[in-house]
Formats: sequence, C-alpha cells, structure tokens
Amino acid sequence: MREVGDLVLGNLTKRYGGFTAVEALDLTVPQGSFFALLGPSGCGKTTTLRMVAGLETPTAGSVRLGDDDITALKPYRRPVNTVFQSYALFPHLTVHDNVAFGPRRQGKKELKAEVARVLELVELGDLARRKPAQLSGGQQQRVALARALINQPQVLLLDEPLGALDLKLRRTMQLELKRIQTDVGITFVHVTHDQEEAMTMADTVAVMNQGRIEQLGPPEQLYDLPSTTFVANFLGRSNLLAGSVTSSGADGVWVKVDGAEVRAPRARASAAEGEVWVGVRPEKVHLRTPGEETPAAMNTLRGGTVSDVGFVGVSTEYIVTTTAGHDLMVFEQNHTSERRFRPGDEVDLHWSPDHTFLLDAAQDAKAGTEIEGA
Amino acid sequence: MPVVPPVDTPDAPATPEVRRRGLGGYFLLMPGGVWLALFFLVPTVTLVATSLYDPSGSLELGYQMTWHWQNYPDAISGYSSQIVRSLVYALIATVGCLVLGYPLAYAIAFKAGRWKNLMLVAVIAPFFTSFLVRTLSWQYLLADNEWLVSTLRNIGLIGADTHLINTPFSVVAGLTYNFLPFFVLPLYASLEKIDQRLVEAAEDLYASPFTAFRKVTLPLSMPGLVAGTLLTFIPAAGDYINAELLGSPTTRMVGNEIQDLFYAGDYPAASALSVSLMVAIVVMVAIYVRRSGTEDLV
Repeated sequence: MREVGDLVLGNLTKRYGGFTAVEALDLTVPQGSFFALLGPSGCGKTTTLRMVAGLETPTAGSVRLGDDDITALKPYRRPVNTVFQSYALFPHLTVHDNVAFGPRRQGKKELKAEVARVLELVELGDLARRKPAQLSGGQQQRVALARALINQPQVLLLDEPLGALDLKLRRTMQLELKRIQTDVGITFVHVTHDQEEAMTMADTVAVMNQGRIEQLGPPEQLYDLPSTTFVANFLGRSNLLAGSVTSSGADGVWVKVDGAEVRAPRARASAAEGEVWVGVRPEKVHLRTPGEETPAAMNTLRGGTVSDVGFVGVSTEYIVTTTAGHDLMVFEQNHTSERRFRPGDEVDLHWSPDHTFLLDAAQDAKAGTEIEGA
Repeated sequence: MPVVPPVDTPDAPATPEVRRRGLGGYFLLMPGGVWLALFFLVPTVTLVATSLYDPSGSLELGYQMTWHWQNYPDAISGYSSQIVRSLVYALIATVGCLVLGYPLAYAIAFKAGRWKNLMLVAVIAPFFTSFLVRTLSWQYLLADNEWLVSTLRNIGLIGADTHLINTPFSVVAGLTYNFLPFFVLPLYASLEKIDQRLVEAAEDLYASPFTAFRKVTLPLSMPGLVAGTLLTFIPAAGDYINAELLGSPTTRMVGNEIQDLFYAGDYPAASALSVSLMVAIVVMVAIYVRRSGTEDLV
C-alpha cells in the first residue's frame, strides 16, 4: 500500500439556496480505517460523500487527502472511487468491461489478469461475460465494488451500498465487505442509515444529524456512552428519565429521579448540574421481585409495574411503569425457558451506576426515535 | 418392482388458458393487421405487379401482365444518376441532421431545465404547417432578392453571381430542415432515458466529461440515433418536394422522375423505379442496422 495519509474534511459546508445540507463539518478519517457515516435520510451524509468524490462542489471548506488539497479537483482526477447506491453499472458493457472501465481510462492495457483477480476477490470469477441486467442484486453490488476496488483508490466511498439488498444478503455482504476491506487495506467511508450495519462493519462511526456530526467514535464507545439524546436513541434504544442533580462528588453525580437517588460516574455525565436526562440501555436494567435483595451500590427504582411483555426469542422485552408513571424498557436474556414476569406484576428495577449516563435536559428526549433506520 | 404411479401434473389445467390468452393476442392484432393488409400489403403487391406490366401499354389502352423483367434494367440504367443523387442527398441531409440535431437533442434532454417542454414544442411546431408550405417558404428565404442572399453577398461570404436557390445546397438544406424533427425526437427520447448517475459513475472512474460522453452517453443513445437516422434517410431518399421546389433540372431526385413517369402514364417504369429505390434503401438500412449492432435495441 502507498502511504497516502488521512482523509481530512475541514469546515466542509454545503448549502442549497437557504437549506444547509452539511454544516461546517470537521472530520478526520484515518488511513486504512473502515469509517461509517451514520444518520437518518436527509442528514447530509450522502452530500458529504459526494463532496469527497467531487460530484458536489462545497459551498465552503476543504477536502484534503494526506498533504494534497483535493477540494477543487474534478471527480475524474481524484484518487477516490465510489460504490453508488444504485450501483450505476454500465448496462451496455459486460461485467469484465465494467470492471476494466477505470483502469482503461488511466491508459492501462492487458487487464485480463487484473480484472480476473478482482472479480475473484468478490467471488464473481465466472460471470465476467455477463451483462449487468443478467445479474442478481447481490451480484451487481459485487460488480460495483470490484469496479471501484480495481483502481486501488486511496479512499473508497460506499453510498448505502447494501440498501437495495434483502436482509439476509445484506448481513452476508456486511461480513464480506469487512473481509475485503481488511484484505485490501484501503480507507472505506461507508454511508448508511442502518445503525446495525454501521456498528457491524466500521472501526469508527460518526453519527450525523441535520448536517452536523453528533458524536464520533468506535461503535462500542458510542453505544456505551452516547453524548446526545439523538445518539442514545438512533444507535440502539435508550431509557431516558428526567431527573435533577442533587450532589456531585468524588463518587460520582447523584441524581434524584422518580423518588429515588441514582448515581453515575463523573466521566459518564455530559451534564452534571440542574435538570438532566438519566440514561440507561434497556439490556443493562435488571428486574427483581419486590423485597428481593438487590446488590449494594446499584441504582434502584422500586415499585414498578410490568405493563407489557414482548417475547422475541433470545430475549424478552418488558415495559415497566415506574411509580411516577414513566415507562422503562427492560430487555432480559432468556436464560431459562420459564416466563419470569407477567403484565401487572410488581417489580423492582436496578442497574449499575457504570451503565448510567447523564445528558443535558435541554435536549429532546425523543430525538432520533421516530427516524430510526430500516 | 415398485411401480411409480402416474403423477397428476398440477399445471395441466393451465393449458387451455394459455391458448385462450394466445388467441386474445391475435384478436388485438386484428385491426392493425387488416389495416396493414388493405393499405400496405395490397398496394405493395400491386406496385410490384405493375412494375412487371408490358411497357407498351398506356392508360387508354390498358396494361398487360407480361412479366416484363426488363423494366428493371431499363429503369435503373435510365435513371441511375438520379438514384445515386437521391441516396447521396439523403445521406448528406442525414449527416446534417446528425450535426445539428444531436447537440439539440442533448441540450433538450440534459441542459434545458424548465425550458425543456418549450423547446420540445419548438421542435414539433413546424408540423403545425404543411410540409409543402414550409418548403415554399424556403423558396423565398433562399431567393436571390431576399435578405439572406443579399446579406451574405454584402459581407462577402458568397460572390455576386453565387445563388442559393435551385442548387444542390438548397435541396439538401431543405431536406435537412424538413426531416430534422424526425431525427431529434427519437434521439431525445433515447437520451432522456439515460440515467445521469451512469455519467457520474464514469467521471468517478477517471473519465473526463468528453470520455464519459463517448463511452457511456453515446453508446446508450444508439437506439435513438439509429431510429433518427433511419427516419431521416428513408423519407429523404424518396422525397421529391424539396428537389421540385428548391432545385433545378440538374438536382432532380428519383422521386421527381417517378412523379413524371406517373403523370406521363408510364406506370410500369414508375413502379419499377419505385421498387428499385425501395430495395436499395432496404438493403442499405439492413446493413446499417446490423453494423450498428442495435437490432435488439431498435
């Protein structure tokens, strides 16, 4: 691999008339990483991708690749290739000629072996003579990938590449894409609205909303400690309870919520005074029959009532209403085959302070819920 | 030995239904078929038959079918220069349509924005007037004492004794003008269908805008291009109005000769010439379509 350096977007902005699609985006994509831009449709992620590809001219800001500023470069002069959402395969060319299109434009000859190698990489070796219309959706997707990969771009851009595939094929292709990225070591920038897809494949996920990046980090970190209500809701699901901070000290931040006091470590508190949202992931919350002893130092809410039970095979999803009338989601793994609680049962809730996060109450607790992808 | 019982094929009862659907198709073909038989097949057979009548017959004395194949060599050798001239004029007019029409169709399809419909109407607008009247207006346009010629003479683009009217130029120009919409419309329809994301993909794959056009847009517009050239070349080769109104005795096309023979009552020669022209065009078109590799696209 050539040493090419990171993809750096600086203050990148795109406006259409009065509408701002991308707002002063600053972003560094480390070389060789699998980077996902995750967000609901219309959040500006595809526009960002198109500006990197050169298919859209930024209103302001710069796109840099290593030491080179490529902001003003025409798309055909950029060492960047795109796998389009629609694949955009040339219908009049065979699979072989589609894949050979890029190298031919760069004046390369004797491409048979090279094309065969790349088609082998995407496991399409025997379909080289077919036309795109004779291929299934999954095969077309692989051709689009091969057509981009053969050019050994410094950055490969993927615009919802799996969006048109059915669920099962999508899961297979996710693993496939990850394998290929590891094999070739090219920087992948993957745009998707599917949070599961982003978390499965990417080393780093940037969650975008309304033209801005809400939060950026490894999937585990984003999931474990969301820094905004949007991320908390868009990436997986979250319980957000209104509370007010009572004290803040070395042992953490104490919050009064629904008549109880719960604690979160200082490092997990984006807001540490006044009104806050107390957040906890549903699978981190445990249910106990009332009176049963809960481990010490746990955050505990007593006197809840099971209002709904959903059985989904590997787990059971409960909705528990607290004494103050708030609903909490609780997901329990089905370790035993017997059903533990039924609607109407009284339960106590508890979870570890280390799974608790605090967010500024000024944010909308519903942000990112209705627009969850796929 | 175990005997395998005959299995009822579950799709057996489907057969009559398939047959009924087939008949339905033929039924729908009926009106068009009858129309074609009456107004295309019968006249064609009559035309070919007439071309084999005895040439000594006349309208007054009547014609006799004598399988007189000699009509063909006579017609072709007698009017070979007009046949060649027709094909050459039609070819030049087609190339003219290509040069003028491709950029026009391209502009309407991709660059016109909200003016698209207006431009399409402008292309179709000449059809609101008759072919004859439009060609007559060209007579005035190209006439020696009109503004066009005098302007060109004043700025010295053409000499004082150069004429535009009654020249091969005026005939070819008239043909180009009259058949341009037939070229532009199918080409536009073909171009308009091309997914612009393919052009983006080509540019993403290192093709300059011109290469992207050459490698993606042009090949994908071939069906419309072939249809447009055929719709221009075929009627232009058989046209006689333009040569009649804008030409001179030295620019006569085969259509003019057929018309004259027809008025002179020499039906066998007129028919033989018509059939010869038809065959020549069909052969040329067949070769053209085959070479452009778009049989399955047209």
